[in-house]
Amino acid sequence: MKDTIDKIRSMFDGGDADEKREDLVFVTVPATQVVDCLGYLRDRAGYRHLVMISAVDYIERGVFQLTYLLHSYEKQNDIGIRADIGRDDASMDSIHRLWAAAQVYQRELREMFGIDFPGSPRVDEPMLLEGWEGIPPMRRDFDTKKYSEETFFPREGRKTADPATHMAEKNYASEEQVKRSVKDLVRGRRKRKGNDG
Amino acid sequence: MSDEIKKVNGIDEGFDEISEYFCDARPSPVSPSANRIVRNFQNWAQANSIFILGFGTGCGAIELRPLFTARYDVSRYGLFPRPTPRQSSLFIIGGYASIKTMKRIIRSYEQIQNPKFVMGLGSCTVNGGMYWDSYNTINRLDHYIPVDVYVAGCMPRPESLIAGFDRLKELIMEGKAEGANTYAENFDWYKNNQKKIIKNWNMPEYNW
Repeated sequence: MKDTIDKIRSMFDGGDADEKREDLVFVTVPATQVVDCLGYLRDRAGYRHLVMISAVDYIERGVFQLTYLLHSYEKQNDIGIRADIGRDDASMDSIHRLWAAAQVYQRELREMFGIDFPGSPRVDEPMLLEGWEGIPPMRRDFDTKKYSEETFFPREGRKTADPATHMAEKNYASEEQVKRSVKDLVRGRRKRKGNDG
Repeated sequence: MSDEIKKVNGIDEGFDEISEYFCDARPSPVSPSANRIVRNFQNWAQANSIFILGFGTGCGAIELRPLFTARYDVSRYGLFPRPTPRQSSLFIIGGYASIKTMKRIIRSYEQIQNPKFVMGLGSCTVNGGMYWDSYNTINRLDHYIPVDVYVAGCMPRPESLIAGFDRLKELIMEGKAEGANTYAENFDWYKNNQKKIIKNWNMPEYNW
């Protein structure tokens, strides 16, 4: 694991390793080096399994952070390759030639975050959002509540209550009442005077 | 449709699938029989042979499976699942309906022959439930298709569903389950609401 990390840092301008667990380490590399780095990990370092690709919208920094998580069956550990790409005109090199399955993740990222992967098969076909207009919904500047209120028809009378107090007030009688009714049941005197919860 | 298939089937270039294959006539309300005895007989017959469309539209469809098992055995009540909309009369919307599913729901609903009934299963069909502020799920089902009975809960147990069936039967017996006529009378309003959420309307206006 340590050798691999050192190799990534020397060969692909990797940043500091972020060690989450003994068997899970994240390394940040420049976005232009990601495909080469993943190719190296797959062919030379034994990380043959692509677990997932995910994106995080860091709107404060103006970037999407992409994470490519790889798994090695021989070494039984995971390496995550992170890369930052700009939020405006977000575009990334496709890795569908390394793992054909990556096209599904890339389609999803295109649909939900608006990150383009030129050359990836069927990347412009929507999976869920047929005919979606406007900014992609997983971006953090998309206000899902506002969109829902404008688009759908909210039913009147929706209110919020604290679950603990609500349950205590509505659903359960006080402890003493419960105790009393249990006592009554045991003694066989079923006084049903409105104190059955 | 590819050019080869067109050639094999002898279809011209200017062939429009939607107008050729589907009927675009608007639905019209059908008033119940004027004869009280006939009307009552029809209602009784309808109430006792409700065929459920086997289309699980959301997570609530998981509660439909136990209904057909030996424990609940819903066929005792005259209900039975059918595989296609053409053969069924009751459409159970199981929980949340995303916009993509909503498109299929509308198509399936319109393909069901009269008399047809809709049951909204779960809180999500009533007011959006826990997905009320989602960008992709509707809040009120009755703005898109007419709903006869709501079964509240998240999720309602099969017993609640059976109670819902009983209520639906009562409504049918009383001649109050006239969702199909409501749909035909307020057709423009329903279509308007449907088109507000379904942006790529690449299907016929009315397609039974």
